[in-house]
Amino acid sequence: MKDLGAILLEREPFSELVIGNTALVRAMVEGGVRVVTSYPGSPTPEIADAIRAIPKDDRPFYFEFSTNEKVALEVAFGAAINGHRSVVFFKSVGLNVAADSFVQLPLMRIPGGMVVVLGDDPGANSSQNEQDNRHYARMAGVPVLEPATAGEAYAMMLAALDLAGREETVIVVRMTTHVCHAKERVPFGAWRKAPLDPTPRFDPDSANYIPLAASVFALKRKAAARLERIREGFETSPFNRVTPGDGKRGIIVAGTARLSLADCLEGRAERPAILELGTVHPLPRALVRDFLAARGEVKILEELDPVLEGDIKSLAYDAGLHTRIIGKVDTEEFVGEYVPDKVRAILHATWPGLVAPPLPPPPAIGRKDLPARPPQLCPGCGHRSAFFAIKKALAPDDITVADIGCHTLGYLEPYRMGRVLLSMGHSTSTASGLSLHNASRKVLCFLGDSTFFHAGMPGIVNAVFNGHDVTLVIMENGTTAMTGHQDLPSAGRNFNGAAPRIGVRAALEGLGVTNIREVDTYKQAELTALVTAALAEPGFKAIIAKHPCMLKFTREARRKPGWKARRVEIAQGICTQARVCLESFACPSFQVGDGARVEVHEDLCIGDGSCKRTCPSGAIIDAAGGS
Amino acid sequence: MGNTFNIYMTGVGGQGIGLLAELLARAVDHAGIAMKGCDTHGLAQRGGIVASHLRLGEGAHSPLVEPGTADLVVALERHEAIRGLRTMLSASGTLVWYDASWQPLPVRLRKAQPVEASEVLTEASGRGVAAVKVFLDGLDDPRKQNMVLAGELVARGLVPGVAMDHLRAALGDLLDGPALAENLALLERVGRGPQA
Repeated sequence: MKDLGAILLEREPFSELVIGNTALVRAMVEGGVRVVTSYPGSPTPEIADAIRAIPKDDRPFYFEFSTNEKVALEVAFGAAINGHRSVVFFKSVGLNVAADSFVQLPLMRIPGGMVVVLGDDPGANSSQNEQDNRHYARMAGVPVLEPATAGEAYAMMLAALDLAGREETVIVVRMTTHVCHAKERVPFGAWRKAPLDPTPRFDPDSANYIPLAASVFALKRKAAARLERIREGFETSPFNRVTPGDGKRGIIVAGTARLSLADCLEGRAERPAILELGTVHPLPRALVRDFLAARGEVKILEELDPVLEGDIKSLAYDAGLHTRIIGKVDTEEFVGEYVPDKVRAILHATWPGLVAPPLPPPPAIGRKDLPARPPQLCPGCGHRSAFFAIKKALAPDDITVADIGCHTLGYLEPYRMGRVLLSMGHSTSTASGLSLHNASRKVLCFLGDSTFFHAGMPGIVNAVFNGHDVTLVIMENGTTAMTGHQDLPSAGRNFNGAAPRIGVRAALEGLGVTNIREVDTYKQAELTALVTAALAEPGFKAIIAKHPCMLKFTREARRKPGWKARRVEIAQGICTQARVCLESFACPSFQVGDGARVEVHEDLCIGDGSCKRTCPSGAIIDAAGGS
Repeated sequence: MGNTFNIYMTGVGGQGIGLLAELLARAVDHAGIAMKGCDTHGLAQRGGIVASHLRLGEGAHSPLVEPGTADLVVALERHEAIRGLRTMLSASGTLVWYDASWQPLPVRLRKAQPVEASEVLTEASGRGVAAVKVFLDGLDDPRKQNMVLAGELVARGLVPGVAMDHLRAALGDLLDGPALAENLALLERVGRGPQA
């Protein structure tokens, strides 16, 4: 088996089949990074998986999962003003959390250099929106490099680290989901291992680190001059490429849309000229101006928002160019990932003769609609028992508020619980608002344990402080489950080893919550009773509904010697086909068999038995001798 | 698309499609063929659809296969086989699926009929594409279904330029110890083909 940790620490140049996220880690090693921080969020957690593959004592840098993205960014910043090159990475919406500090970074002298890796998610593959974080970079004045492949992710990360170090500033490397996960053979360079210099070099007299009132202007001028200097460097960056074409047509394109475009034009004799941009902010103005000036019409092929389009059109106006610039012409061009068929449709609409339209879906042969496959809570998931039990304590028109985590899936059939979602940690405060001028519908909200520590606490403090009549259910599964089981402050363990355990209950008590109940979610009747009691009481109530993540538990149990598979089965002679297990409890292990029989799927059932108590006839029994 | 060959793999989160995708990508790489690949997963670990794209040849730029252009659709599950066939397979392509059935929620709630193997075959023959149903009785661990599929692909020569040697080397990159031995034995047994 290949040892990824050893591969990432190779001294001599080599090549390897890697995903973009892994390629970034090799760039961190080669690029002299000393501190890396993160909060887990798709599409970036595999960066930490690659870091974990390097044994802790061999790691050339310190790594931590911080409690949220803002904290992670600030830890990386603190290290970098002490002279240590640092990297922070998180998902798209994580930048909203980190934004308060992120926007200040260009005002600061950062001697170590700092890179922010963003995992943007066009296509909303695993996020609550498709936000285009180039807006933040423009607002704050932070340069952005945007790779399209794993190889470019490596090369641009190295370049960003170098530039950040030379300019003593911050650079964004904007990844997107299918760059993070794109797989190819990437050639890497040598690693010249250097000893760590532990001297803390923070010098508050070398620059102004207190941007207050009028002192902001001088800092802003300095930042603007730096950005202009970086823009001049981008004019000749190898990450921007012009491919000459025939005729007077041109295309300006960035990110993975470049690859989709190349696919659409593959094998075609007639090709427009193409300007590919890898440095997307600030815009290399002279390069773009010259490209425009040589063409009669230019299409800007740009995923998500018209960020380049605005800059390019304003540049063309200032330069007095008469080139016809074709930006986004309908709202569909703002929506979704620029996958090859989307780009094909846009190109065909722009210049019908250039490429054929996407293939129409073939006519249905069998039934028209196939059953959808929404994601499900895993077999044995404690959240399922919680939703099943809590639903019994609620009136049909009571209001339930979701938060982010696996338990968000409670909004799906058949539970239909947690019916409004904004962001990490919003639930208690949104619920508080829902409780105002509301004497008739009880308000109950959910919150995961990792999210509790991430952004959940301020809303809870507010609910206590202002006396909101809300019942909060903390779904404590002991891990950051949805992103791949990263440790959290209540685990007693961090990325690097043992850590003080910060219990959820103790934290709640510390925040001033006095009405706290706690139960294992598998004790469904007890949970129903606790929620019923809590809902009847005034003020702010917290219920800790806990059960370990069973996906994690089962994976770990399988690795232990002597592990034996377990499962349940249906005693067909006893089963009355009440179908509670299938249609109300809805564990995916229960399947519809011949003649509407209920069956247990051997591939899926883990034998946890949380279903047994839901059966009105007691027909769910332990299978003899396991499977 | 000229000299490219597009593979689309699909299944349900938890079926082990990640290993299958990594195995095939590495086998293609061991065969000396240029490749680009990409897993598409978000909430997939929670029983949703998980897919992986693999494109062979110098003419492949994006790692993502365009709908209707897959030369090969490999499915680990029956419902996803018919979905992959409809959306991704080219008119001259081949579908290979492992005939497991993990019923999706609407089926379990009796709001939709389950897909039967015969339905997949009927749909494939109606479209004039080749379809291969794979199932191995007595498999001790459902997470090995991906090895059975990989073995079938090689036994039938369905991935151009990729032979058992390449798969063996790829598996050696990914596993070791008893897991390697067990999976390799299964892969070789299936990969030798029905004649052996």
